[in-house]
This record gives sequence, structure tokens and C-alpha cells, in this order.
Amino acid sequence: MITCPTATELREGLDRFDRLDDGDGRHAFLARVADNARALLAREAELGAAAEAGEQARLSALLGRDGDVQTLNRLLCESLAAGTLSPTDPAVMAHLRATAIDRIAIDQPTYCGLEALLVTRA
Amino acid sequence: MDIAAALARLAPRLSVSATSARNAHRLSGGASLETWAFDLDDGTPLILRRRPDNAPPRDTAQPLAHEAALIRAAAANGAPVPVVVHVCEPSDGLGEAYVMGRLEGETLGKRIVRDAAFETVRPGLAHRCGQVLARIHATPPETLPALTTSDALGELARYEAIYRQTEAWRPTFEAAFRQLERLAPRSDQPVLVHGDFRNGNLMIHPAEGLVGVLDWELAHPGDPAEDLGWICVNSWRFGQWRKPVGGCGDYQALLDGYAEGGGGEIPLSRVQFWQALGSLKWGVMCLMMYASFATGADPSIERAMIGRRVSETEIDLVHLLEVMA
Repeated sequence: MITCPTATELREGLDRFDRLDDGDGRHAFLARVADNARALLAREAELGAAAEAGEQARLSALLGRDGDVQTLNRLLCESLAAGTLSPTDPAVMAHLRATAIDRIAIDQPTYCGLEALLVTRA
Repeated sequence: MDIAAALARLAPRLSVSATSARNAHRLSGGASLETWAFDLDDGTPLILRRRPDNAPPRDTAQPLAHEAALIRAAAANGAPVPVVVHVCEPSDGLGEAYVMGRLEGETLGKRIVRDAAFETVRPGLAHRCGQVLARIHATPPETLPALTTSDALGELARYEAIYRQTEAWRPTFEAAFRQLERLAPRSDQPVLVHGDFRNGNLMIHPAEGLVGVLDWELAHPGDPAEDLGWICVNSWRFGQWRKPVGGCGDYQALLDGYAEGGGGEIPLSRVQFWQALGSLKWGVMCLMMYASFATGADPSIERAMIGRRVSETEIDLVHLLEVMA
């Protein structure tokens, strides 16, 4: 599930920003951030559902059970924290990799770490 | 509090030929500490660092008098730092503060990494950073104020506690905490670590290169590779990911500079361990900043959007976990 913040929270933040006076110097900076937030929401509207469906399917296969994406993701976290799943387990690493790639496409598609990850794969 | 008036009154104690101060203005950046630029009327350019009135106490931050003392200790050991001119007393009317020389140059990583003005110094920066870190790390412990030692396991535990408080569920962070715990190096000989040695805190002059290491707020005794790893975190390469050292140079140049500066040999794997821990720390900090939006403490769109920078640290962590596996 795509959170921290959710798309709903981002929209609320944007609404609050749009109601602000544009008098002070910080406003120009925040205006650029707001533009980025709108572009992010547009990318999430396009890619978010497929990213979450993929995440849910991978989690379900990895953990061997059904459930919604939020529950399964939490279960993966708890299994890693408890040591019942290893951080170096190839299936875990493949899931983390795929999830990170889907997320960055929404959050920050030009981030150079994506190219680094793709290019240097052994 | 009238900062400009207090600085004007203090001026004669900052330089024998000064009678007043002018042009006092607050510089942007620095949430926990205020930085003011001002000039004396004899032309001396200076900086005031002060803790804001009513600042909440931070467990990681040291008193500013300690910060001033360790800048002086690092300077005495040959590290490039601003000259500490005066540590403020209550009668100065500036609160907890100190005054230091203002260096000429650029701190913005984006410009240092890309602008033509820095083309000539850029190729030597990684090596120079290694040399400078060797000087900082060799600062004699007996010249330092009392500081709390922190090693790899200590840093991991501290940031895991903060992560748990945010109640976020990020499997990449869970994996990173466990894997880094397994790989954590033992620090047998703690040295003075700067703690925030990266683009933004390094004053780069277009002709002279690295002329000053700034912002000593997080300095502590610890593992020397912590500083070498932190400057290699991908979040401050500004697109130049093929140049791990602050977007300017190679690992080997950094390590060579460190050895030539008398810092000894440090294996690359140890630097990359701290680089990964650095990405993890930055990711947890992003979650913390998002939390201030979620609770309503700071409902600005900026605090919301920084939460989505967590995914940049996850990309970097996945990459480093693959490299280190």
C-alpha cells in the first residue's frame, strides 16, 4: 500500500497550501514543492493501482497466504524483524527490489539511484 | 531578541579595530540552530551560530560551547575550519551562541557538483576530503570536550527506536536493520567523527577547493569509516551517481587521501557499510519529518512531500544490500 503520505493526505496538504496567502518569501519555495506534489499525484493516479496489485501478488507468493496488501506488508515486516525471514533471502530481496522500482517511478522518477540499481546489477 | 543590536554592542570584543556591526541577516537552512551572517565596521566578515530561543532540547545535539571547543581542537590539529572568534556569555545578550569567521565559497551541493566554476577543483575533492578527514580523526582526545561515543550498533539501535516510533511498515528498512546489525564493524579505537560530513556542510572555494568543514553539531567519538561512508550516500550526489564521493570523485581517491593524510587503511566494505547505514538514517529522518505532517505539528506540503523521499533511500538500500550480500 502506498503511504507516508497517502494520496489523500497529499491532496489535503495541497488544499491547505492553495488556501495560503502568497505574500511571504517561503511561498515561492512551497509553490515548487506543490507543483511536484501535483505531478506525483498524477503519476500515482496512472501507476499506483498496478504497483499495489503487483506488490500484493508478490507478498502473497512470498508469504504463502492471501490477504490485503497492508496486512501482508506488515506480516513481511514482522517476519523480518523476528528473523523468521532472512534479509538476504533471494525471494525477499527480489520483492524489495521490485517494490522500490515501482515506488520510485511514482515518487521521484528521475532519481539517479534507479539507474545505479539497474545498471550495476550483476 | 534584537540580534543586530547585540552584535553591534559585542563588536569591539570581536576585533580590536571594530566599533560596531552591520548587515546582520539570518541565513536560510538549519532547523535546529540559527546561522546569522554579519560584518564588523572594520570589514571583518563573521558568522553567528546560536540556539533559537525556546528551542526544544535534542538528545543528539551538544552544547554550542562544546561545538566551539572541538572546532578549535580540530583547527589545532590542521583541519580546515572557520576560526572561532568568541564564545558568547550570558551578558552578551545572544543566548547560547558563538561567533566565527565567515569563509568565502559555496556549500550548495547542486552547484558544486555541476557548475563550471568548480570544474578545476572538483577532480581533487574526493582525495582532499580523505586527507581532511584523516586530520579531523587524528584530533588528540585530551583536547576535546566531553562527548558521547557512538558506534555502529549504537547508531542502528538509536535509529531503529525512532523508526518504531513512526509506526511505519517498510520492509526494506526492516531488512536493512537486520542485515546491517549482522555486518556491524566493532570500533576498537574510537576517533573524533564529524558526524555530518557531506555536501551542504563543506565550504568549497572555486580556486582553493575545500576550505572549511562546517556544522559540528553531531560530532562524537566513533568509527572513522562513519564519516567516509556518510559523504558517499547517494542522496547528496545530485545526479552524479557514478561519482560516489559527494558526486565529485571515486571511493579510491577518498581512501587514498585518507591513507596519505595519516588515517591508515580502511577497507571499502567498511565505507559501504556506513554508506548503507547513512541511507537508512536519512530514510528514517524523512519518515520523522513526514510524521510532523501526519500529526499536524507542521502541516506544510513540504513536510508531506519529504515522506515520499523515503523511496529514494529504499532504492539505494536495495542496491547496497545487493552489493554487500
